[in-house]
Amino acid sequence: MARRVSCGSEELHVLAVDDSNVDRKVIERLLRISSCKVTAVDSGSRALQYLGLDGEKNSVGFDGLKVNLIMTDYSMPGMTGYELLKKIKQKSSALREIPVVIMSSEKILARIDRCLEEGAEEFLMKPVKLSDVKRLKSFILRGEGDEHGEKQTQKRKLEDDPLSASSPLSSSASSLSGNLSPSPPPSPSSTLQPLSKRTRL
Amino acid sequence: MERNQLHRQVANMRKSLFDQGFLDEQFIQLEELQDDANPNFVEEVVTLYYRDSTRLILNIEQALEKSPLDFTKLDSLMHQFKGSSSSIGAKKVKLECTQFKEYCKAANGEGCKRTFQQVKKEYGTLKKKIEVYFQVDGRRWLGGVAISGGIALRQWRRINIRRDGTGKGASSRSGVDWTGGIEVVRI
Repeated sequence: MARRVSCGSEELHVLAVDDSNVDRKVIERLLRISSCKVTAVDSGSRALQYLGLDGEKNSVGFDGLKVNLIMTDYSMPGMTGYELLKKIKQKSSALREIPVVIMSSEKILARIDRCLEEGAEEFLMKPVKLSDVKRLKSFILRGEGDEHGEKQTQKRKLEDDPLSASSPLSSSASSLSGNLSPSPPPSPSSTLQPLSKRTRL
Repeated sequence: MERNQLHRQVANMRKSLFDQGFLDEQFIQLEELQDDANPNFVEEVVTLYYRDSTRLILNIEQALEKSPLDFTKLDSLMHQFKGSSSSIGAKKVKLECTQFKEYCKAANGEGCKRTFQQVKKEYGTLKKKIEVYFQVDGRRWLGGVAISGGIALRQWRRINIRRDGTGKGASSRSGVDWTGGIEVVRI
């Protein structure tokens, strides 16, 4: 879900998680060039450590810098991006609200579905482009609202889907997973927009 | 070498890398992330790629020597290598990686070994070409001093340049001239 960044500042702080040195360097640059603050870590466990979710008694947040968005690779040794997502979405309420985006080089529908159902904001195909980051940033900054919902509809690749015409609030993640066959096949685009972003309220 | 000639040479090299299918769109994406504040970004990423890949390639090689072959492990190792190859826009390398993964899925050991040779070949070819490209495009090297001719750059490093403007001594041997702050080394 989207949140308005407090104190009027337009600078997002993004936590990027990827075990690949090359990909981390690229995502870091993509984010910096988009005027985001970046903290890049190389594993899910390090991400949890940073977020203070690693079980250590830590009432104060992560080095004082609030995280507005988490972007994580899916395939990582140890803890996958999906497992990281689950941990973030289940723990303390404050962190549960941070939008999480999954990145993957493999377009596996079941995987995408699983991630969205678990609360991922979006599933991005790698290599991630500058346009993906820009779109993400404006989405996060804008927060919730009809204007945003409309924009999502325009950008959505699954144009024929009946759900896109109605308010996203009415659809649920379970219907997304349950009705994959009746839905039209996704178009061959580099990113897939979730049909509904509001299901994890 | 004339400055214009150099620019043309760089442009031609770059174009051929794309035309011949060595690089794809992703490389352009990286170029677009480069600016005056980060003038060497692409080169840094590619250098990082070659550094990391050495280890991955070795791991795959070692895994291919085992008997019986662990196709899951091979696929996983190759997935990592394919991922970073894709991130720098290494088109031909990526294609061979995909082929390798197909053979893993089919548990075809011979196919894997054969394809891996192709992976290494494409990887090596790209490395050579891209090294030359970065050298020739190396006017950002040495803190902003423009150098004409990539190969000449190496010679420059061995030369002890006297900054008194005369350019004599070492410079006369190698043919170094000072031209208003831009060093032109004749090969």
